[in-house]
Amino acid sequence: MNSTDLTHSTVSDIVIAAKDLTRIFTRRIGTGRARTKEVVTAVSQLNLTVAAGESVGYIGANGAGKSTTIKMLTGILLPTSGTVQVCGFEPVRERTALARHIGVVFGQRSQLWWDLPLRESFEILSTIHRLSPGDAATRMQELRDQLELEDLLDTPVRQLSLGQRMRGEVAAALLHRPRIIILDEPTIGLDVVSKERLRQFLLHERAEHGTTLMLTTHDMGDIERLCDRVVVVDQGSVVHDGTLNALASLVNTQRVMVVDLVQPCAPMNDIPHARLTDCDPTGVRQSFTFSPADTTAAAVLAAVSARAQVRDLTIEEPSIESIVRTLYEGQRSNPTSTP
Amino acid sequence: MGESLAREVTDRADVRPSAFTMWRVLLASRLRAQTSYRASFALDLFGNLGIALLEFTELWVIFANVKALGGLSFAQTAVVFAFANIAFSLADLIVGHVDELPRYIRAGTLDAFLVRPASVLGQLITSDISPKRITRTLGAVAVFIIAIAHLDIAWTPLRIWALISVPIFGTAIFAALFVTAAGLQFWLIDGAEVTNAFTYGGSYVASYPASLYQNVLRTFFTFVMPAIFTAYLPALVIFGESGPAGLPAWLGLLTPLMAGISWGVALGLWRLGLRHYTGAGS
Repeated sequence: MNSTDLTHSTVSDIVIAAKDLTRIFTRRIGTGRARTKEVVTAVSQLNLTVAAGESVGYIGANGAGKSTTIKMLTGILLPTSGTVQVCGFEPVRERTALARHIGVVFGQRSQLWWDLPLRESFEILSTIHRLSPGDAATRMQELRDQLELEDLLDTPVRQLSLGQRMRGEVAAALLHRPRIIILDEPTIGLDVVSKERLRQFLLHERAEHGTTLMLTTHDMGDIERLCDRVVVVDQGSVVHDGTLNALASLVNTQRVMVVDLVQPCAPMNDIPHARLTDCDPTGVRQSFTFSPADTTAAAVLAAVSARAQVRDLTIEEPSIESIVRTLYEGQRSNPTSTP
Repeated sequence: MGESLAREVTDRADVRPSAFTMWRVLLASRLRAQTSYRASFALDLFGNLGIALLEFTELWVIFANVKALGGLSFAQTAVVFAFANIAFSLADLIVGHVDELPRYIRAGTLDAFLVRPASVLGQLITSDISPKRITRTLGAVAVFIIAIAHLDIAWTPLRIWALISVPIFGTAIFAALFVTAAGLQFWLIDGAEVTNAFTYGGSYVASYPASLYQNVLRTFFTFVMPAIFTAYLPALVIFGESGPAGLPAWLGLLTPLMAGISWGVALGLWRLGLRHYTGAGS
């Protein structure tokens, strides 16, 4: 252990270091003599460095290689080529050592014991992680307060709602105070309140313990609330790595401003640099689509206000899907412009 | 576990639990989960006793027509039957669910096992121990007691050793067969039916005097899938019989050795299978 501790201390501020990470799957198609092999490159020459305390949103379309990357980071899958170190460990080879330092939440599958009360899952996990009972009790108290688990502890996991279960899953993944928590679609299927509660907890956990956060999601809200950094993956490679704003300006995504007017008004199709894309029959609610590169939300609002009194407005941010789609289209039409 | 944890909190709150504690806690949680549905658990107990009795009826019918089977009397054959059933049902109780590995893979449970700091096979074994199968063991023990009372056996140390080796090493052999079958599931997705043919088939073969089988079959179930080591061979030692040609009774003393070899093969295959799953093997 001494020698490994030494190496770990020198890389302690780098939590994830992936270099030229590649994973190729070979699938056999058909049967008998007609059987052929199909080679699929799920992750291709992926480079990613995450420092301790960072909060990274890892996004991309379905099949872009997100889950495969996560499996390689967590020790479930070995890379075909390239290297990866998480918390200074080689994930597959040093699986159990790594497991003591990472927490993993899979949104679509449970890590809890579904036929036992939630409390027992935590008790089992604390012995699996060899937490001393005193340590486990302190940590458990902390988690049950922040995630409001108190009333759920005696309920069998299978009777919990999705939102309740997900809070349990996150608590289970953080019980051993991992240095990094990797969440694969943690908010999928959750209602607005449950999502927000989970996000607040993750923000708190990060602020309190400096836990590194990496999550995949299809929810822009997760990224906006939780992530300082967004990594977009397409066809197994990183196509963007930077802040969310940098991403939005790069892909020049259009935004939609929906205004509610005090009085009904004729359709305003003369707002500079903005297009009237929707207008309800009364003319009270009108929607304008504009690109941040051409104008600003303030300018659009000013132009609208000059014509009528505005009661309320919302600005619809681009969805992750649309950002990713626009980015992909740009990449594919101009493959040399990889950032 | 709830109370034991509470006690440890007050007694030695700063002591990290040992690996032994971890497996004990895992196992205890499974036992509790299964026995929590009392009615269903009772029905399962009853059903498993039914299996044991039904299978014995088969033997009964045979001996209604013949005086001896493969050179053994009814009571002797019943001992072989009881040994095979004790060893198999105990193995089935402890590890019988491991060949459902594809279900664990599909549900993502195997991935959950992989991100915990504990042996994957250990987690798989402790995930679904089936105490409900104990009645099958008890049924077999009853058959053994009644049958052995009809036999006049002088208990030498060697014979006692042969007797003890059945529930320990005989069980270990069947358990190793189950783990081997589980290891194969990494390649044969949904191949449980194929491997069941060997595990359950092995227990069937083990239940009857091996002298009945033709050479190829006998050799296979002695040296390749050592089912015959779990019951027939130790029984021969106890009866003081010499055994058929090519299958001397002294082999019955090698049951521990065969158990060791079987586990060597089983663990090797399991590791290869897990490496195949994580993508290191192919």
